[in-house]
Amino acid sequence: MKIQILGTGCPKCNALAQATETAVRELGLDCQMEKVTDMQEIVSFGVMSTPALVVDGKVKCSGRIPGSDEMKELLK
Amino acid sequence: MRNDRLWISGTVAGLVLWALLYSQLVPLSEWMASFLPVAQGSRLHEAVVFFLYDTPKVLLLLLLVTFLMGTVRTFFSPERTRALLSGGREGVGNVAAACLGIVTPFCTCSAVPLFIGFVSAGVPLGVTFSFLISAPMVNEVALGLLFGLVGWRVALIYLGFGLSLAVLAGIVIGRLHLEGWLEDWVRNLRTTGGEVPTLKPSPADRIRAGLDSARDIVGKVWPWMIAGIGAGALIHGYAPRELLANLMGNGSWFSVPAVVLLGIPMYSNAAGIIPVVEALLGKGAALGTVLAFMMSVTALSLPEAIILRKVLTLRLTLVFFGVVAGGILAVGFLFNAFLN
Repeated sequence: MKIQILGTGCPKCNALAQATETAVRELGLDCQMEKVTDMQEIVSFGVMSTPALVVDGKVKCSGRIPGSDEMKELLK
Repeated sequence: MRNDRLWISGTVAGLVLWALLYSQLVPLSEWMASFLPVAQGSRLHEAVVFFLYDTPKVLLLLLLVTFLMGTVRTFFSPERTRALLSGGREGVGNVAAACLGIVTPFCTCSAVPLFIGFVSAGVPLGVTFSFLISAPMVNEVALGLLFGLVGWRVALIYLGFGLSLAVLAGIVIGRLHLEGWLEDWVRNLRTTGGEVPTLKPSPADRIRAGLDSARDIVGKVWPWMIAGIGAGALIHGYAPRELLANLMGNGSWFSVPAVVLLGIPMYSNAAGIIPVVEALLGKGAALGTVLAFMMSVTALSLPEAIILRKVLTLRLTLVFFGVVAGGILAVGFLFNAFLN
């Protein structure tokens, strides 16, 4: 499984990365995580607001930080 | 469902408590001021009373406005706004974009993906700019604090002029047909069309979003707010009326461009600016000058220009800045000339 965090590095992007890491640890998932900070790459996913969470190439949410329950649901 | 009812009744209770507190602000500040070891009627006393009254007031207003806006924004998303605006015509599209700019969730760090999302989905360039001008300028904190501190008339005037400026500047930029002035990679871009899953939030989710937004924004701006109220208090207590009326009053034409320049580096600190504005108006500053100052603070921001520079060529960035700055100057001059 591949998780990507899209965002240019604003505080919200870091918060999303942290929330994702926590959920990954709690679920005991085996995955690789990557931060995408390049603007051209970010827009190629078609998101209009950052930060965004991408799992296996699919945008799961954008523009907000999901709560821990929702986050686990999104990563399953 | 039960959860929702709990959240809704909690919100109602919170709003009632808010109204009670807000209605008791004058006695509360008088009570606090009565403990001051300062002679009544002195300049220091005036300044401290201003501070004691304005701090809880601004804080309460800020909490309410950011909570309500956070909740309202869950009904809108950039994706939905884009769908409403794509294929829109010039004029109607610009008006819609300026209005949607107020309620669509937007932060400066998302300006580029949003811009590209709009343009690549066929939203005309001018309409996109109407949105990008209105979103930061007609901001809810500025409006809410103006409403509470200065009065509903000035708040409405600010809203009216802000929207008109966003619409007109967008139409002007659209008429200039500057699509060729986008950076090459933007013009050649193929996006996947943005299939972002949208789930319908429950009432409890919406309320929680409001609380999050209040906590986020108040947590970020409170130092600016205190600094602004402090500056307002000093002006209120100490600034000589004649001096300010001369510098920022109706007669001095140079004050409008001066405050526009001054506003550029003060980005998005509406919470700190409005208490200063309140004190300046009280000392005889001209309303047009003050409106120009606020618009410059919220709409002309260097960080946003630098971010947008990634998609706009330097020429287009300058045109964008120039059109908006020109519009703000016009608002200031026209207002001082005809409506004061």
